[in-house]
Parts: sequence; structure tokens; C-alpha cells
Amino acid sequence: MNWLRSFWNSTIGKKIVMAVTGLVGIGFVIGHMVGNLQAFEGAEKINAYGRFLHHTIGTELWIIRVILIVAVILHVVAAVQLTRLSNAARPRDYVRGRVPQVSTLASRTMRWGGLLLLVFIIVHVMHFTTRTFPGYDRLDATGSVDIYHNLVTAFSNPWWVLFYLVSMAALALHLYHGAWSSMRTIGASKPSAHPLKRVLPLLIAIVVAGGFVVIPLAVLSGVLR
Amino acid sequence: MNLTLHVWRQAGPTAEGKLVKYEAHDVEPEMSFLEMLDVVNERLIESGDEPIVFDHDCREGICGACGVMINGVAHGPEIGTATCQLHMRSFRDGDVVYVEPWRSRGFPVVRDLMVDRSALDRIIASGGYVSVRTGGTPDGNDIPVPKVDADMSMDAAACIGCGACVAACPNGSASLFTAAKISHLGLLPQGQAERDGRALSMVARMDEEQFGHCTFFGECQEACPKEISIDTIVRMNRDFLRASLKRGSHAGDAGAD
Repeated sequence: MNWLRSFWNSTIGKKIVMAVTGLVGIGFVIGHMVGNLQAFEGAEKINAYGRFLHHTIGTELWIIRVILIVAVILHVVAAVQLTRLSNAARPRDYVRGRVPQVSTLASRTMRWGGLLLLVFIIVHVMHFTTRTFPGYDRLDATGSVDIYHNLVTAFSNPWWVLFYLVSMAALALHLYHGAWSSMRTIGASKPSAHPLKRVLPLLIAIVVAGGFVVIPLAVLSGVLR
Repeated sequence: MNLTLHVWRQAGPTAEGKLVKYEAHDVEPEMSFLEMLDVVNERLIESGDEPIVFDHDCREGICGACGVMINGVAHGPEIGTATCQLHMRSFRDGDVVYVEPWRSRGFPVVRDLMVDRSALDRIIASGGYVSVRTGGTPDGNDIPVPKVDADMSMDAAACIGCGACVAACPNGSASLFTAAKISHLGLLPQGQAERDGRALSMVARMDEEQFGHCTFFGECQEACPKEISIDTIVRMNRDFLRASLKRGSHAGDAGAD
């Protein structure tokens, strides 16, 4: 497996791993966001969706989970290693500082935003999946997790809403740059007269982050209760 | 016009450098940036000081010898020009101008504003060529090349190896440089035979020289005096991925690796 080792040891190899795992993540967040919107169809509907995921396809769900966990680990390990290499590539920086000409805020916040998203993922899984915090263990009439109740409990607290809003802003920025650059990193983009222009990634970023934040906002504003 | 310069002065590769302030008087708008430095140097020599060392050769924007960081921008504020083609009309009377050498681990400072860019030569030597039989000049159009490919190849071949892409990149990456050469040759029929090996060995060399990786900030394309597109990096990554996968499947054919 020498070729695989030299692929991983190459900076482009690591970037391709980051791009592919990032695309897996994009697929996941789109699905997750659409699934979440069922909260607007009432407690019955979103709780049944949870029951479907956890019981009807409970075993198969683990296949998805393993893929996602492996993707996150590879994405983070590659990111940490590449960041170190990048820092080492310019041991002495400009005194005056480089002045960004065309790079976007999104591209310049990938590392810190990514770190925030990692913290968010851990807290979010503890919040709604493992339900580690007190007050999230209520069951509904069918004996499964009362997801709707948990949503209302969480997002009646403005601090939780703030945490989710900030995290989703980071997600939007991460998606805006990542959805665009990952396609370039894997070599899938067609040559363009304006290679920095991107429309679809903007759409993905707005729709996904927007679709996520409407739920906390709807609870906080009393639309969902 | 009169300018205040802050120029990086460093006596040698291992010497500790610092920014030194100079007043540049009587700068004419039609002077190039290098001519402005020439005038400053004349005065330094007259007063018995060491002139500012900077690389330059053709001074018409085609050789790639010159290049400095001007107020945090590689080759200064003008788009698509090398430092020698940047004219002082881009500045205004009283401007404060910081002039620093390219900063990269792969570009050690030789003296003042002059850096050693032989790392780029080593990347080219690792695969930036085509092996052909020598002999008589081949007939024109002997090997048909589609116009679109020829144009894209020519655009990539415009790279003069100045190193501005590395200097402007937040990651200190030489991706645009390496990708320009891989694209230039990979788009032509003559470059096909060695295409896979070229991508693998040039990328490996780029990493060995400890340049950073590409995250598509896009700063290199903006800094490039030849306006080479980051689309070349897409092509490099595609060639690298394809060559890696081929090598993987060959390793599988052999049964063991």
C-alpha cells in the first residue's frame, strides 16, 4: 500500500481527502436540514422521524454514522497537519503584513470556523443524540424520545439559540468556501473565465444554514411551542 | 513626488535583517518601481552607503527576475504586471511604501530584497519537460493540437517563474507555479507520455521544498504578472489524483505492494 501512503503524505493527497470528506459532510447537512424541517409539521411527525431513524433502520443508521465519524476524523486530522505545514512554509512573515486582494472572509476563516464547528458537533451530539444534559430524557406517548419537546426545551433558552446561530454562521462560511474549493481540489471544476465566481456554493450555504436556524428562531419567537 | 520607503535590509543569508527608512525625492510618475529604486541607490552610493540589492533583468515584464512585496501586495498594486512594469504613477506624493522580499521557507533571502528561488528550478527539473528525439525541426501542424487546448496551454506557459504566487499565498504554496507547468505540458500531445509521472514527481518535489498547500484563496492568480488562472491548479490536482489512482490499480494488479 505504498501508493496510498505517498498519496496521504502529499499535500494534494491530504487536500483531496479533506475535499471528499467535506463533500460527505455537505451531503449530510443537506439531508439533516431537510429532516429537521419536519418539526414544523408537529411533534408527531418529527418524533416519528426519530423513531424511523433509530428503530426502523437502527442498524443501518450505524453505517451512516461510521461513515460520518470517519469523515470527521480524517477531515480534522488532515486539516491539523496541513495547517502545521502551512505555518512552517513561511517561518518569517511580512512586517507590513500581506494585504488580502481577492480571498473571501469565508476562505480566511476556514481554520477557526472549522474548530468552532468541531466543538459544535461534539456539543450538538451531546445535546440531542446522547442527551447528556439534564432535562432531555422525556419520552412521548409511543415510548420513543420526545424530540419535539427537546427542541422546545433547548431553544426556549436564548443562550442555546445564540450558540446555534453563531455555529450556523460558521457553517455557512465553511460551506461557502468548502463547497466551491472541494470541487476544485478533486479536479472536478471546469475551466472558467471567472474562476473565483461561485453561485451554487452561496445557495448551498444560505439554504442549509438558513434551514437549520429557522427552528431555534421559531421556538424562541413562539411559532413552535 | 516624494515618497517614504521602508526597505528590508539584510546583509546576508544568515544576517539579521530590518526595515530601514529612506526618503525617495524627485520621483517621476513615468519611472518604473525599479527605476525609482535605482535613483534611491544612486544617492546611497554617492553618500558611501551600500545600495539596496534587488533582482532584475529584462525590465520588460517577461523574465521573472524581479519581484518584491510592495505594501503587502506581491508586485504592487497594478494587476498583471511584474515589479519592473509597475510605474510610479500608481503612487501619490507623500505615500509610505513598504518594500520587502518574497517570504517563504523555500525562498531564503540572499541579501536585502533578493531571494534564492532555485527551489522553483528544482521543481521544473523534477518533471517540467518532455523527452523527445532530437533531430530536424518537426513540420508545423505535424501534430494537430485543438485550438482551445493550444490556447490554454499557452496561457499556462506564460509563467515566468517570478515566485509572486508563493509570496502572495497565505499558505506559502507554490501550487500555481507547479500547476502552470503541469498544465502547459499536460494539454499538449507531446506532454502525454510523461503526464502521470510528471504530476506525481513535480507535486512530490513541491512538497519536499516545503512549500505550503493550496486552499484556493485565489491570491496567487491576482498576484501573477501573467494572470495565470487557478484553473491550472484544478488540472494539476486532477492529474495528480488520476496518476495516484492508476498507480494504486497497478499495485493491485501486481498482487502485492
